[in-house]
Amino acid sequence: MTGEVAVLGAGMHPWGKWGRSFVEYGTAAARAALADAGVDWRDVGSIVGADTVRGGYPGYVAGATFAKALGWQGARVTSVYAACASGAQAIGTARAQILAGLADVVLVVGADSAPKGFFRPAGGDRADDPDWLRFRVLGATNPTYFGLYARRRMAVHGDTPEDFARVKVKNSALGALNPYARYRKRVTAEEVAASAVVADPLRLLDICATSDGGAALVLSSMEFARRHGVAEPVRIRAVSTVTPRYPNPVLDLPDIATDSALAVSPPEETFRASIARAAYEEAGVGPEDLSFAEVYDLSTALELQWYEDLGLCGEGEAAKLLWDGGTALGGRIPVNVSGGLASFGEAVPAQAIAQVCELVWQLRGEATDRQVEGARVGVSANQGLFGHGSAVIAVR
Amino acid sequence: MVAGWFTGEGEGFRLLGTRCSACASVFFPREDALCRNPGCPGGDLCEVPLSRRGRVWSYTDGRYRPPSPYVSDPELPWEPYALIAVELAEERLVVLGQAVPGVTVAELAVGMEVEVVAGVLNEDAETTWTTWHWRPTGVRA
Ligand SMILES: [Zn+2]
Repeated sequence: MTGEVAVLGAGMHPWGKWGRSFVEYGTAAARAALADAGVDWRDVGSIVGADTVRGGYPGYVAGATFAKALGWQGARVTSVYAACASGAQAIGTARAQILAGLADVVLVVGADSAPKGFFRPAGGDRADDPDWLRFRVLGATNPTYFGLYARRRMAVHGDTPEDFARVKVKNSALGALNPYARYRKRVTAEEVAASAVVADPLRLLDICATSDGGAALVLSSMEFARRHGVAEPVRIRAVSTVTPRYPNPVLDLPDIATDSALAVSPPEETFRASIARAAYEEAGVGPEDLSFAEVYDLSTALELQWYEDLGLCGEGEAAKLLWDGGTALGGRIPVNVSGGLASFGEAVPAQAIAQVCELVWQLRGEATDRQVEGARVGVSANQGLFGHGSAVIAVR
Repeated sequence: MVAGWFTGEGEGFRLLGTRCSACASVFFPREDALCRNPGCPGGDLCEVPLSRRGRVWSYTDGRYRPPSPYVSDPELPWEPYALIAVELAEERLVVLGQAVPGVTVAELAVGMEVEVVAGVLNEDAETTWTTWHWRPTGVRA
């Protein structure tokens, strides 16, 4: 397939609350990815940084920040911000540069030092910013929206808090096997039920924490990979960065209201489903071809939603797929074998890149205890604030 | 702090949106510059009051104090409030808002009818900031 790029290297900084600068995490991840690729930084033609807006001014220009930390060497540089989809957009940008012949080898880096507690908007009075308004007018934090989605699933599909807790039990057991995960302890359903309610019906252990972390990839043209002696690299076959279609009838972060469906009927598929479909179409695969999936489990309930949006099961059937063991390691379609955000926490610009690192390790057969046997096709899926789609399909 | 989002008092309290004269799309919070319908050639956006009543699409609450810019007194213990996303049938849109004080998630259900009422967001010595609250119909708090 002509649209493919090779993944030569993947690297991460372990996630946690380390209290250091995002530059340090990103640079460590970048060095790990370069070492994994066997590529000298000075031979990288382009660097793409996924931005953090919490690192102060340097965060807005992450590409150059990482390039400076690694040592200025004259590479082409790009910085991208797309909230949770920043990492996917960085990968998409790198791929476009490679396919356009602008660079043979591109380093993609994302890292963050997250604040403790709730994410909040940047400072200042900004009544023209929906993210500022939802906090100021409603006190609507991110978990507010996760709670709304969870309660909606309970009403529409009959999901229960026990179903949600089961997702945490699964993901924590997998995170315990991942040396890069922040939380390495298995969690029981009783522990989820005993944790404090944050946003009804979701409890503390249903919701992902904020974290520090970094992830990086070295991408190249297929021709460079061959010259480099990698005959069968993991290949990225699709990067979906689609926007929603008007009118979006689902109340999405950070909006206070949905679009009106008065003048135009809503599209048949939801925004999240359209993110997946665009990736499937570009890759020429369908959900039945997947070996495993990495999805954005900002909450346990949201992971169930992704099963349906990715087409892993029919609408309303996610809880059944979960309880049948279908999404566990060894199941029909393992989901979040990395441990997911439940085990990592959110380091916003790094997470979509970290998902692809997991795809790479699984497809290479290097995922040790959490290896999906015979993994050939993997998808990562996420959704960035303000309508940024994000999904990547990688194959071996 | 958000001009023109609501108007009126008592039974006359209404959320205000805008309606596109070309395609009839309704927007809340109000769009005053551009119609967001991609198939619309663009029309004038005129202020329009939204339906007073709707049905609960979903609901939740905030058991922890939200960070600023939400205003709350850190000296006082945190009192959780419910948040309700309400489907307005006539406008075919969903609007999020706080429930009236005292209504908890235990009293709510998806599909339940609620109505919009004026409420207090916060106040200091000089100013009271008004907002909208959703109140289950039949509740008279
Ligand atoms: Zn219009």
